[in-house]
Amino acid sequence: MLGGRAVLVSSASTIVFFVVIFAAIALAPGASIVQERFLDPVHLKQAFLGTQTSPSVFEALLLNVKMFMIAEAFILVFALVVAIVRGIPGPVFFPFRAVAVAYTDLFRGVPLILVLYMLGFGVPGLGLRFFSSRSDVTYGIASLVLVYSAYVAEVYRAGIDSIHESQVAAARSLGLSRWQSLRFVVLPQAIRRVIPPLLNDFIGLQKDTALVSVLGSVEAARAAQIYAAEQFNYSSYVVAAALFVLLTIPLARFTDQLIARDRRRRAAGATV
Amino acid sequence: MNPSAASPASLGDEPALRVDNVFKSFGANRVLNSISVQVAPLEVICLIGASGSGKSTLLKCINLLEPVDSGSIFVEGRDITAPGVDVNQVRRRIGIVFQAFNLFPHMSVLQNITLGPRRVLQMSPTEADTRAAELLDRIGLSDKKDEYPDRLSGGQQQRVAIARALAMNPDIMLLDEITSALDPELVAEVLGLVKELALGGMTMVIATHEMGFARDTADRVCFLDEGLIIEEGRPEEMFTAPRQPRTQQFLQRIIAAGRL
Repeated sequence: MLGGRAVLVSSASTIVFFVVIFAAIALAPGASIVQERFLDPVHLKQAFLGTQTSPSVFEALLLNVKMFMIAEAFILVFALVVAIVRGIPGPVFFPFRAVAVAYTDLFRGVPLILVLYMLGFGVPGLGLRFFSSRSDVTYGIASLVLVYSAYVAEVYRAGIDSIHESQVAAARSLGLSRWQSLRFVVLPQAIRRVIPPLLNDFIGLQKDTALVSVLGSVEAARAAQIYAAEQFNYSSYVVAAALFVLLTIPLARFTDQLIARDRRRRAAGATV
Repeated sequence: MNPSAASPASLGDEPALRVDNVFKSFGANRVLNSISVQVAPLEVICLIGASGSGKSTLLKCINLLEPVDSGSIFVEGRDITAPGVDVNQVRRRIGIVFQAFNLFPHMSVLQNITLGPRRVLQMSPTEADTRAAELLDRIGLSDKKDEYPDRLSGGQQQRVAIARALAMNPDIMLLDEITSALDPELVAEVLGLVKELALGGMTMVIATHEMGFARDTADRVCFLDEGLIIEEGRPEEMFTAPRQPRTQQFLQRIIAAGRL
């Protein structure tokens, strides 16, 4: 705990620090034009709510949220399958392992925007009955799933590898099959361990939903761009940026909560 | 501990466990060098010997956690090292307790004990819980059933690990230096439990450094050296009048270290 004097000193130093920083920024040459172009209150409000001719950045963000939620659900499952396949032992399963390795290598290496172009612009031109008549959003989600699953599969794999083999030995010694050992002993521990890095990838995913705008979907970044192009004012980008930041914070807090709950539960013992 | 099984001469037709000429190497390192041993039903055998003599590896081979290079292992007359044997089937009848406990840290004590019965023996949750409660009562840890392993002392964890193995109702128990990772003051509670098990009638193969315990509990003691059983006998013979010079040397070192 800080003493009375320490509180006084820290308050004073904080006030002085921010006054100096604020003054330096406000008095810098070009400060007023920066404020006008990026932080104009009227434009901020208009971009947020939308105008007759340009969409609301806030409403457009709901599309980002939707893409994120759907993509995340698929990624969590698909990446786990990839990670598990990569770990199946035995010579018979070599081709499966090879495919899993090739998949992760490929999609971690290819820039997301290229995958978006290939799926979003390329596949519709193929004239396939099912695959060529999907919406931009669907191609966008598919691209996100393909690229992010490769990353998340590696996160899962690191988690699985981090569980000591003696845990598997203990499970197998009870007569559990390899699959049962994985399901009941290895995966529950591995997944708990990788929640923080998984969250990190999902924050990245939330942001990268903005890239789907290259396919023409009007999500937050595209809505901000439309506004900026019409009004010659970039406050709309600031609105979009602020909204993306706000979007990631609940996810971070949620994960903290999960970790804390797990720790509490172990410490308390009694409640499951 | 069981008089009817006290010596190899009084064995029935079918040993509970027969290890026949087993070899095992890790790379160039030969760990088991033609091991043969028989265990009668309800017999308690202690494996003694220096670290690296092959005691743990032998137990892991019996549990099929390590494949043997050559030789065979028979459980109640069936060759469990034959190709095509269902290893999960074999393991559910052979319980093993490890030096480092290896409890599942994400599960409560109760869940640790009921995992095998529920998933392998297909017991109902109620049945498995009832059985676990009996075992917890037996090991004196009924009040800890909802605790997680990291909240227990080493001795308590090892007792839970023993209960976990017993929950599968095994025919044979293998104990792999189960007190070596414990603080000295916690050793007694675990060995006491093992002794109760022996008195209650359980076929056991025990790798141990606790010579006093081996002397008091074993029906037969086997001395391993460089992957070979070079001497075996009743504990009173082995500890008072060992015949082989290497056994004598080993026991002298143990005595000098104050452990017998």
